[in-house]
Amino acid sequence: MKIVVCVKQVPDTKGGVKFNPDGTLDRGAMLTIMNPDDKAGLEAALRLKDQYGAEVTVVTMGLPKAEEVLREAMAMGADKGILVTDRVLGGADTWATSQTLAGAIRNLEYDLIITGRQAIDGDTAQVGPQISEHLGIPVISYAQKIQIEGDSVIVERQYDDRYHVLKAKMPCLITALAELNEPRYMTPGGIFDAYNAEITVWGRANLVDVDDSNLGLKGSPTQIAKASDKVRKGAGEKVTLDPTESVDYIVDKLKAKHVI
Amino acid sequence: MNIQDYKGVFVFAQQVDNVLSGIALELVGKGKDLAKDLNTEVTAVLVGSDVKGLADELAEYGADKVIVVDDPELKEYRTEPYAHALSSVIDEFKPEIFLVGATAIGRDLGPRVSARIHTGLTADCTQLDIGDFPINPVPGKEQLHNQLLMTRPAFGGNTIATIACPDFRPQMATVRPGVMQKAPKEAGKKAVVVEFNPGFTPNDKYVEILEVVKAVSDVADIMDAKILVSGGRGVGSPENFKILEDLAEVLGGTVSCSRAVVDAGWKPKDLQVGQTGKTVRPNVYFAIGISGAIQHVAGMEEADVIIAINKDETAPIFEVADYGIVGDLNKIVPALTEKLKAELAAK
Amino acid sequence: MDFMLTKQHEMARTLFKEFAEKEVKPLAQEVDETEVFPRGTVEKMAKAGFLGIPVPKEYGGQGCDPLTYAMCVEELSKVCGTTGVIVSAHTSLCCDPIMTYGTEEQKQKYLVPLAKGEKIGAFGLTEPGAGTDAQGQQTKAVLDGDEWVLNGSKIFITNGKEADVYVIFAVTDVVTDAKGRSKKMISAFIVEKGTPGFTFGTKEKKMGIRGSSTYELIFTDCRIPKENLLGKEGKGFGIAMHTLDGGRIGIASQALGLAEGALERTIEYVKERKQFGRAIGAFQNTQFQLADMATKVQAAQLLVYKAAVAKATQKVYSVEAAMAKLYAAEVAMEVTTKAVQLHGGYGYIREYDVERMMRDAKITEIYEGTSEVQRMVISGSLLK
Repeated sequence: MKIVVCVKQVPDTKGGVKFNPDGTLDRGAMLTIMNPDDKAGLEAALRLKDQYGAEVTVVTMGLPKAEEVLREAMAMGADKGILVTDRVLGGADTWATSQTLAGAIRNLEYDLIITGRQAIDGDTAQVGPQISEHLGIPVISYAQKIQIEGDSVIVERQYDDRYHVLKAKMPCLITALAELNEPRYMTPGGIFDAYNAEITVWGRANLVDVDDSNLGLKGSPTQIAKASDKVRKGAGEKVTLDPTESVDYIVDKLKAKHVI
Repeated sequence: MNIQDYKGVFVFAQQVDNVLSGIALELVGKGKDLAKDLNTEVTAVLVGSDVKGLADELAEYGADKVIVVDDPELKEYRTEPYAHALSSVIDEFKPEIFLVGATAIGRDLGPRVSARIHTGLTADCTQLDIGDFPINPVPGKEQLHNQLLMTRPAFGGNTIATIACPDFRPQMATVRPGVMQKAPKEAGKKAVVVEFNPGFTPNDKYVEILEVVKAVSDVADIMDAKILVSGGRGVGSPENFKILEDLAEVLGGTVSCSRAVVDAGWKPKDLQVGQTGKTVRPNVYFAIGISGAIQHVAGMEEADVIIAINKDETAPIFEVADYGIVGDLNKIVPALTEKLKAELAAK
Repeated sequence: MDFMLTKQHEMARTLFKEFAEKEVKPLAQEVDETEVFPRGTVEKMAKAGFLGIPVPKEYGGQGCDPLTYAMCVEELSKVCGTTGVIVSAHTSLCCDPIMTYGTEEQKQKYLVPLAKGEKIGAFGLTEPGAGTDAQGQQTKAVLDGDEWVLNGSKIFITNGKEADVYVIFAVTDVVTDAKGRSKKMISAFIVEKGTPGFTFGTKEKKMGIRGSSTYELIFTDCRIPKENLLGKEGKGFGIAMHTLDGGRIGIASQALGLAEGALERTIEYVKERKQFGRAIGAFQNTQFQLADMATKVQAAQLLVYKAAVAKATQKVYSVEAAMAKLYAAEVAMEVTTKAVQLHGGYGYIREYDVERMMRDAKITEIYEGTSEVQRMVISGSLLK
C-alpha cells in the first residue's frame, strides 16, 4: 500500500504571536511546528504502515525552510519527503494550494492520501477536499478512525452529533482530526537518519496537469481586501450589586445580546 | 465566465434527519440582508430525500425562493451526491453569492463544490457585507462595486482578514454557526418552490454508509457549545457544581471548568478550558469563581460575551470580562437560574 | 572551533524538550512526593528510544553520539531529576559497559533488550565500606564448575529492584604484588534479577531524586553462569573506572539540567512576583544574581558538551568527565540554592519546583564520585 500524507509547517501560536511594525504577522520570528491535524494524519498513516505495511510519502508545499517538517515526519517513520517550493507558487489561496498539491501528487502512486482537517494558521479545512476533487477521488473528512479492508477503507466520519461509518474504494482522500490519535514521538536515531536521507525538491516544472493560471497569487480566486490584528478587547463593565440586582443585570445583558 | 450573468443570493439550507439546522435559518436571515443591499432575492437550496415539506419553514424565515433537490440518494449526507446537487444548482441558476454553514457538513461540502465549479471559497466567516473592492480606491485598479466582503478570523483568532472574490462567481463563503441572526418568523409566508433534479448515478466517488451512530456521550464537547457555564476553584466543591449545571441546563449550555478544578479531581480533563485544556469560542462564557489566570484566559478570550462572577474584585478575570459582577456566586447563580426559568417560560 | 549545534542535535533537543514537558513535568512533583518509581514514564521513554540513545542500531539502540544522550538527560532533568538519573544509570552504567566489554552473546542477550528499553539496567559497585575505593570491596565471586558463586552486598544502587539486569563487581582473587602487598583483583559480572540468591535489602529514603529506586543488593550463594563474566577476569576495576567516566557525563548532564530548570523557573517567577510595588526582577540584586547564575549554567553546559564530544572522539576522557561533573554539580547546587532564595518563602514550599530541584541537586555532588574524588582525578592528571 502506498500512502501520501500532506503536511504543513505552521507558526506555533502557543509560543506567542508576533507582528511586524505594519501589523502583518512576523512569521520569521515565530517558532514553527508541524500542523497538529497533519501530524495526526501522519500518525494514522504510520499506524497503517505498522499494521499492514505501507510506504509513506510526505508532501509539503512551502518555503525551503519547510524541509524541517519533512525531516520531522521522517524521524517519526515516514519513508520519503517531497518539498514543493517555487516562487511562482507564493501567495496561493486554498484553490491554488490544492491545485499545486494535486499537481505534485499526480507524479506519485497512491492508495490513500491523508491530510489534516485544517491548519492552525488558516483554519480553512478546504485544501484536503479540494485536492480530492482535482484528483477525482472520494473524500472522507473529519476522520476519527481508519481501517483497511481489501481495496477499501473504512472510516468513522465525525459530525456534530453523530458519526457515520463510511466505506470508500481506494484511492481515497481522508482528512484527519487531531483527536484521531496521539502522534508518536520522533526517535533520536530517526532524527539522524532523517538528516542523512535525501529530500526530493519539486518546483513548478514538476507539477502535472496544472495550468499557470491556477497557481500562486495570480491563480487565487480569493483576494485579501483588508487584514488586521485582532484588537484585544479590554475590560468591560464591572459592577458590585446585591444578588437580585446582579441577576437582573445579567438577564438584561443576555437579552441585549439576543441570548434569550 | 460572464460575471453579469450571475444574480441572486443563494444559501444552502442544511437539514439533518429532515430537520432544518439552525444555520439554515441564520443563512436565510443573512442572505436576505445581503439580497436587499443588492436589490435581489434570497434563495434557499434544500437538498435531501423527502424534504420538500421544509420549504415553508424557510419561507417563514425570509426565503423568497426555495430550490428543492430531492432524491433518495440524498437521504444521509454524503460528500459526492451533495456536491453534485449544489454544483448542478449553481450551473443551472447562476447565483452571485452562495453561502454554506461552516458545520461539519458545510466545511466538507463547500470546498468540494468550489473546487468543482472553480471559484473562491472563504471559510468560517463571521461577518459578511456588500461593498467595494478594493475597499479604498487604488490608482490604476478598477474599484468594483457590490462585492461580497467576507470577514473571518484566522491564526487562532489573532488576525482578522476581509476577503473578496472579484473575478469568479458565485462568491462563496462558509459561515460560522451562531453568528448571524435569523429573521423574525412571518407565519404563513410562502416562497416560490422550484424542484430540480440533476440525476444521481452512483460511481466510485459515492462512499457507502455502513452505519450511522448517533452520539450517546453525555459529555458534550465544550468546543461546540454555544453557551458555556465555567467554574473555577471558587465554586468550592464538586457537589457545588450542581448550581452551574442547573444554570447551563436552563440556557441549553454546557458546563466547563478551569485547570484548578481538573487538578483537584472535581471534573474530567475533557471539560478544561485554557492553554493546557481546550480553546473555546462560545457565544456566551460564564466565568464563575474563576480567577482568570492568563493560561485560562488564552482558552476563552475569543468568546463573544464573557460574564464573570467573582467575589474578589481584583481577580484578573475582570480584565477580560465584558460584564463583571463582584459578588457571591452561591447567591447569584441559583437566583439567576430561577429568573431565567421564569423569563423563558414567559416566552 | 564551532559552538553551534548541528540541526540534528537541535531537533533532538526539541524532541527531548517536548517529551519532558508533556510526559515528565506533570508527574515530577508526584514522583517526588510519593517516592514511586515512574514506571509509566520509563515505558514511554522506551517506546521513544530514549533508553538506548548511544547504543548502535544493530544492538537495538538509536546509534546516536554521546552528546545526544547527554542532551536527553539534560532536558529530562530540567523538569525531573529522578527521570534524568534513571536514564543515566541505565545507559551509562549498564548499557555502556556491556557495549564496551561484552561478548557478542552477552550483547545479543542483554544489550539488545536494554537498548530497546524492554529491560532496565543498574550498576552495583558501592559497598558499605567501599565507594570508589576498590580495595575496600568485600563482595566475592568464586568459580565453582560452570558457575560463579557471589556472596556479599552492594548499597545505594540506583534503579535497584526496578532493574532487570545488573552489572556487579566482586573480588575474584587476591594477589601479592612485587612489593609484597596483597591486592584484590576485581571482576565484573552480569546478574539478572530473579537469580536465586539475589535479593534486595531495604529501600533508601532519600533527600532528593526520591522517585529513583535506591536499594541494597544482597547476594547469598548466588550462582550465575560462567559466561556472565563481563570482560576479562581480574580486569573489573578498570571496567568500573572507565564506566564511571561515562557515567559522570550522564550525572553532569543531570546536574546541568537541574541548574537550567531552576534558572528557568526563577526567571518566570521574578517577572511575576511583586514586592514594594515592583516585579522583583526589576531589582538590581535579582538581575545580578540571575546574570551570575546564567553565566555559570552556560559554562557548565560547555564543559558537559565538551566531555560528551570527548567520549566520542577520545580513548580516554576521564579528566573532561571529571571537570564536567565537578563543575556542573557545584553549579547545580549553587544555582538551585539561589533559585530558592530568590523565590523567598515560596521557594521553601513543595508546591514550587525549585524546592525539589535544590534537594535533587545535592546528590550530583556525591554520587558516581564525590566532588572531592573528581578533584583527585583532575589534580592527578595535572601532577603526574
